[in-house]
Amino acid sequence: MTEKLIIIGAGMASGRALEHLFEQAPDAYDVTLFNAEPRGTYNRIMLSPVLSGDKTFDEIVTHTAEWYEENGVTCRFGEKVIAIDKTAKTVTSQNGDVLPYDKLVIATGSAPFIIPLPGHDLDGVIAYRDLEDTNAMIALGDKPDAKAVVIGGGLLGLEAAAGLKARGVDVTVVHIMGHLMERQLDEAAGYLLRKALVDKGITVKCSANSKEILGENDHVKALLLDDGTELPCDLLVMAVGIRPAIGLAADAGLACGRGIHVDDQMVTSDADILSLGECVEHDGNIFGLVAPLYDQAKVLAKTLLGEEAAFKNKEVSTKLKVTGCDLFSAGDFAEGEGREDIVFRDPARGVYKRLVIEDNRIVGAVMYGDTADGNWFFGLIKDGTDISEMRDTLIFGPAYQGGAAVDPMAAVAALPADAEICGCNGICKGQIVDAINNGATDLGAIRATTKASASCGTCTGLVEQVLATTLGDDFVMPAAASVCGCTDLTHEDVRRLIKARELQSQPAVWQELGWSTPNGCHVCRPAINYYLLADWPLDYADDPQSRFVNERNHANIQKDGTYSVVPRMWGGITTPEELRAIADAADKYAVPTVKVTGGQRIDLLGVKKEDLPAIWYDLNQAGLVSGHAYSKGLRTVKTCVGSDHCRFGTQDSTGLGIKLEKHLWGSWTPHKLKLGVSGCPRNCAEATCKDIGVICVDSGYEISIAGAAGMEVKETELLCKVATEEEAIEVISAMTQIYREQAKYLDRIFKWVAKVGLDWVREQVVDDLENRKALAARFEISQSVYRTDPWAEHAREKAATYHPIANLKLEAAE
Amino acid sequence: MSWIDIGSIDDIPLRGARIVKTEQGCVAVFRTDDNEVFATSDRCPHKGGPLSEGIVHGRKVTCPLHNWVFSLETGQAQGADEGQIATYPTRILDGRVMLDGTLLTAEAAA
Ligand code: SRM
Ligand SMILES: Cc1cc2nc3c(=O)[nH]c(=O)nc-3n(C[C@H](O)[C@H](O)[C@H](O)COP(=O)(O)OP(=O)(O)OC[C@H]3O[C@@H](n4cnc5c(N)ncnc54)[C@H](O)[C@@H]3O)c2cc1C
Ligand code: SF4
Ligand code: FES
Repeated sequence: MTEKLIIIGAGMASGRALEHLFEQAPDAYDVTLFNAEPRGTYNRIMLSPVLSGDKTFDEIVTHTAEWYEENGVTCRFGEKVIAIDKTAKTVTSQNGDVLPYDKLVIATGSAPFIIPLPGHDLDGVIAYRDLEDTNAMIALGDKPDAKAVVIGGGLLGLEAAAGLKARGVDVTVVHIMGHLMERQLDEAAGYLLRKALVDKGITVKCSANSKEILGENDHVKALLLDDGTELPCDLLVMAVGIRPAIGLAADAGLACGRGIHVDDQMVTSDADILSLGECVEHDGNIFGLVAPLYDQAKVLAKTLLGEEAAFKNKEVSTKLKVTGCDLFSAGDFAEGEGREDIVFRDPARGVYKRLVIEDNRIVGAVMYGDTADGNWFFGLIKDGTDISEMRDTLIFGPAYQGGAAVDPMAAVAALPADAEICGCNGICKGQIVDAINNGATDLGAIRATTKASASCGTCTGLVEQVLATTLGDDFVMPAAASVCGCTDLTHEDVRRLIKARELQSQPAVWQELGWSTPNGCHVCRPAINYYLLADWPLDYADDPQSRFVNERNHANIQKDGTYSVVPRMWGGITTPEELRAIADAADKYAVPTVKVTGGQRIDLLGVKKEDLPAIWYDLNQAGLVSGHAYSKGLRTVKTCVGSDHCRFGTQDSTGLGIKLEKHLWGSWTPHKLKLGVSGCPRNCAEATCKDIGVICVDSGYEISIAGAAGMEVKETELLCKVATEEEAIEVISAMTQIYREQAKYLDRIFKWVAKVGLDWVREQVVDDLENRKALAARFEISQSVYRTDPWAEHAREKAATYHPIANLKLEAAE
Repeated sequence: MSWIDIGSIDDIPLRGARIVKTEQGCVAVFRTDDNEVFATSDRCPHKGGPLSEGIVHGRKVTCPLHNWVFSLETGQAQGADEGQIATYPTRILDGRVMLDGTLLTAEAAA
């Protein structure tokens, strides 16, 4: 007698299982198939081509009405099962029918996760899971000037965004993490993907937190972000993840974790109930891609027929085609002890490949742009192949294996004269060789005579190799110090390339400039962070995690792990109220040492990290702000008493000092920046050993730069003399800005001026008036972001992060 | 093992760390670029620098005081420096970070 089999859910997994079942034993079961969606199985994966218009829905149906009829399946589509009684062995359907079963299969898949933001239940807020969602997006394309927001920068979110864009909708993707598809891609590949989407006209916002969905007449109107940004939209798609649909099974008393527990035979905790697909949990794993589900389908069909079979979860690779961008990722691509990376980047073609090697085996691979070799690498990962023999050429793929190792010198020597070396300027090898024969024997001379490598600079290495092969032993490869082991480029090259190529994020720098590590190191990260914020003040967000401890915590760390707190005293002037507030704070936070600094202010030494936000708050109440005693930025403007009190004073040096400090404070510079303003040439403010010094004289102000009084001691050199305070402030702003834009990270002004020459600086900020004004204006733009008190911001918004995340001492005591 | 929930992964900055106070002293809990979590002793064996304040790069951290670099996985000092920090098992479950309590609570200390 045929047994009764009920299946809940006509998705991709159960569809495949039925095929296997009917192939092997068409008459073993009398099958009833429930599906909440009003249709049978279709290829859910293909919803994206339907959305973009490349396919119709009919083309992606895998199981037609005829197929179900031929196989004698009783279809109850558009009807949900609402309860299972495992003792009585019955299911109850939505309209009240109670049906008995001999075997039951739960294949309910998963449900999209909807973040419970205020407004998530408004009309026009949808997920991306089924045909209804897809149709809602398609319909939006017919509306003129339609706008959509997609929350979630994973596979589904990006597919939805690309499909909407293809339908002419203006789309913004909001992603909470720092880069797209962070589970499949590393930061560099995420960066390339973002770039490709942006090129398509999709707006991408990473590290963006959604706060609330705003509506009007019960319909979605906009998404509000944490930072106050409002993104207007007619449709909001949430694609932030899925949760196995286990409600029915859990209510019925079946064992569930994150998914419905099944054994290797796909049997649940009840011997007559089986389960498969995205709703199950097997050996701690849950599933989100179809490949393993198809293996489950095979096993489930065999189990139903009483045959031996066992499901084994295999490593999966993801080859993804998000909207025309080729991506591939497989295995484990995190870094680690004993793990090495082989990274290949071809900035011009937008290609990035990274292999992670452990014990001479590939354990992970990520590729973007060129994924042709993905499967070959995936094979090597699965088989655990020893790659030591082919290591040098491994990254180039199977085509390069077995050949002789390539010597870059020999390769350049073999190039014909008309081979292009510098793509930007169209310079061939022959032209460079001619220039060399005419006496251009170093890189600078080649740049000057041919322009080769003078634009983007990526061909610098090639030009040097041409020099080396042409000149032979006469040429010594310059060993310019690179930023660090992560790159061969010098600081100067990096700065130039960031500007020339408009690189506005750290991943952009790592990718476009060919970094050899995935995310830099403690040497390059602070430098790159500085360059980016100096060059793109409005677009780049400072990254605290790329800063040394003092700048991250806005206080100087002491040798015992406590911190020092130095409030600003503008121009060295204070008041009884300020002094009282400092004294009160010292008492309240039991500050062990209170010291007058060499910079004309007071240092509270020995404050505990947890107390920082509170002491800052207290000082703020008295009007005191951060003195930035910890920063590569403006420190102090030392002044003397000047004409207000001193019998020799020629100008108001204190007043000018205060104005300068209020103008410059908060700015980040390549190294620290200290100023002094003395009221007369007696120079009581020691202005002539500062980075920038002003000596007041009867007829105006002498501005000098490039002094030093630390490990080296050096007198400043005169830059110019000006007649008014306004002019002095403008020259000093321009001076500060050109230093910010040009100098290498950690060069004080005196070191940098020694490289570029005082004359050049004077031309830029004194003689060329227009340039001076432009520099001062750019400084002002940057200051519109940075002229603020970080203490107030941290005390207000980040106080919690100054405390331990947890205290297990308390836990144990309870 | 007994897993103790110490907080959400989002409370630890990406490429950063937070500390947990325990009977064994402060434990630094790091979050790497790839969203992995590692726990180690917060004390640098060189001169006691707080490692949680260091720059996190790859699966390594650089001590903020004198730039020794440690592997977060093995606790070994890298390069020419010699030293070892304790490491503790961690795991992430539904976005929550868990530490193995058996090593860290009062009973373990007793
Ligand atoms: C607090 C103070 C000493 C004092 O008690 O007076 C001080 C303290 C430190 N100085 Fe200084 N310097 C202080 C005035 C100076 C001066 C004098 C001045 O500014 O008029 C100099 C010489 C002028 C100069 O800057 O060249 C000075 C030259 C240095 C240097 C050497 C710089 C150089 O390029 O040669 C360093 C090391 C560095 O920056 O790499 C340094 C570094 C340090 C550090 C930050 C060391 C560190 O990295 O931890 C000290 C932090 C102590 C703390 O925890 O607060 N400090 N330091 C002074 C703070 C002034 C202020 O109010 O902000
Ligand atoms: C747009 C999109 C693109 C995708 N792209 C890919 C890809 O490129 N590669 C890949 O491997 N995977 C992809 N996936 C994932 C893949 O589609 C799923 O892994 C697969 O469909 C899961 O199959 P399933 O049978 O477990 O669940 P589903 O296919 O979701 O089927 C479950 C069915 O059960 C029904 N149901 C639920 N509860 C009840 C109930 N109580 N009563 C009756 N019926 C119920 C549901 O309505 C649903 O029809 C994609 C998914 C989407 C949405
Ligand atoms: S002189 Fe040396 S010891 Fe004194 S504060 Fe400056 S850096 Fe520290
Ligand atoms: S204390 Fe860590 S390196 Fe010195």
